[in-house]
Amino acid sequence: MSQSTMVVAQATTTEAPAPAAAEEGAAPAGEAGHTTESTGAEGGHGGFPPMDAHSFPSQIFWLVIFFALLYLLMSKVALPRMAAVLEKRHKAIESDLSKASALKHETEAAIQHYEKSLSDARANAQGIATETRSRIAAEIEAERSALEKTLSAKLAEADSRISATKAKAMQDVHEVAAETAAEIVSELTGHKVSKEHAAKAIAGLKG
Amino acid sequence: MAQGIDPIHQFQLHDLAGPWNIAGHEISFTNSSLFMGIIVAVVTLFLLVSAARGALVPGRLQSIGELWYEFVHNMVKNVLGHEGKAFFPLVFTIFSFVLVANMLGMFPYFFTVTSHVVITATLAVFVVALVVVVGIAKHGLGWFKLFVPSGVPMVILPFISVIEIISFLSRPVSLGLRLFGNMLAGHIVLKVFAGFVVLLASMGLGGIIGAIAPLGMAVALTALEFLVAFLQAFVFAILTCVYLNDALHTHH
Amino acid sequence: MDPLAAKYIGAGIACIGMGGAGIGVGHIFGNFLSGALRNPAAAAAQFTNALIGAALAEGLGIFSLVVALLLLFAV
Repeated sequence: MSQSTMVVAQATTTEAPAPAAAEEGAAPAGEAGHTTESTGAEGGHGGFPPMDAHSFPSQIFWLVIFFALLYLLMSKVALPRMAAVLEKRHKAIESDLSKASALKHETEAAIQHYEKSLSDARANAQGIATETRSRIAAEIEAERSALEKTLSAKLAEADSRISATKAKAMQDVHEVAAETAAEIVSELTGHKVSKEHAAKAIAGLKG
Repeated sequence: MAQGIDPIHQFQLHDLAGPWNIAGHEISFTNSSLFMGIIVAVVTLFLLVSAARGALVPGRLQSIGELWYEFVHNMVKNVLGHEGKAFFPLVFTIFSFVLVANMLGMFPYFFTVTSHVVITATLAVFVVALVVVVGIAKHGLGWFKLFVPSGVPMVILPFISVIEIISFLSRPVSLGLRLFGNMLAGHIVLKVFAGFVVLLASMGLGGIIGAIAPLGMAVALTALEFLVAFLQAFVFAILTCVYLNDALHTHH
Repeated sequence: MDPLAAKYIGAGIACIGMGGAGIGVGHIFGNFLSGALRNPAAAAAQFTNALIGAALAEGLGIFSLVVALLLLFAV
């Protein structure tokens, strides 16, 4: 059944014209050309390579060798190096992170310091301002009270002067009235009326 | 089956050196062995180059290496906790081996190491044997209480124990066959669809037009296979962690 | 019956088992999705569990495929 004309297989480019591998025990005579075929692997029995017991010892032997070799290379060389690289990165990241957090703490402290001094300065400024304000207010108050005092003193002086002037004026009015009255009486009657007399009469009039 | 197109040929082993014998067993250096060596070289070189610069801000290559490392690291940490640290290199080795084997298998003409049942079964048996050894080393014979759940009535305890033992013994089978089956089936399906393309294209103009459909299918399947290649490596590694968890912390 | 025909028929029947795995995987992701839509916050943490479950369910389907392949090629 295997008069093959084409071979579609992975491992057999060079044998394209040769018949395909044995199948169902019908190995063709052209098999002789294959010098590299596994000795007797597709001999009399079937020939399903993956289950051909004839090749088992060789495969197990080389599997053990290469697997052990790979294990040794991995566990002793490759994986420690890989782990070292990862560990290095881990440490670098860790130290960078801790440095960053330290810097952050520093920054926060600086900010706090700055804010504290800022609020101090503000409080200071406020203190100075209130002090100045109260001082100025006191000064103003003192000046005003002094001014008021002098003003009221002047006022009182002026008042007393006015009343004195008024009293003097009243006095003068009486004198003038008495004089005038005496004059009028002397003009009218020809009598000489003394000044005192006239004044007495006027005082009596007033009463 | 398409006559003459052999999707199985890709799994053929060839002796590259040898034949050598040890104790009557043939241990020739085959293409499978070569690709195992390539896997070791690829994983080691990739990780060493990506870790070589050790830059604080990783470049692309270094990012991939670190992503790879941290992916497995988180997986081990999440499943196994702090005690699992000792198993991290092992889980990493298993994950990397399977992942790179699967991914290399996606290249045309490359051999897929994990598509052979003996490889995956050996890995799976190794993992389960390790679970037993670690479990007994850590808990002594008390580790076997794993199979005797507490709080179960005496009447059905034997049945439960039998079921637990069977489920434990089926672990290496399912663990190994899952990876093997996924890789094998995926590659066969890919090759079958690629075979349809070749077959149809050889039938003249109409066939060439008709071959577009399986070609598109093959492209889509290739994408799916990349996903499966990663997913199976992930599943293998995380199941290793889950099984190791049984050895480290017996919950029962 | 031709033994070869019986082999192929057997392989085909074995592959039916993969349908069960498909149902199982669909169930897992469907339920994961409905749970994730109800509580998106918890979805990311449970995706790994969904993948493990899907892998476990899919593994059983792969078993039937392996049986089919064995029938086709190895027996």
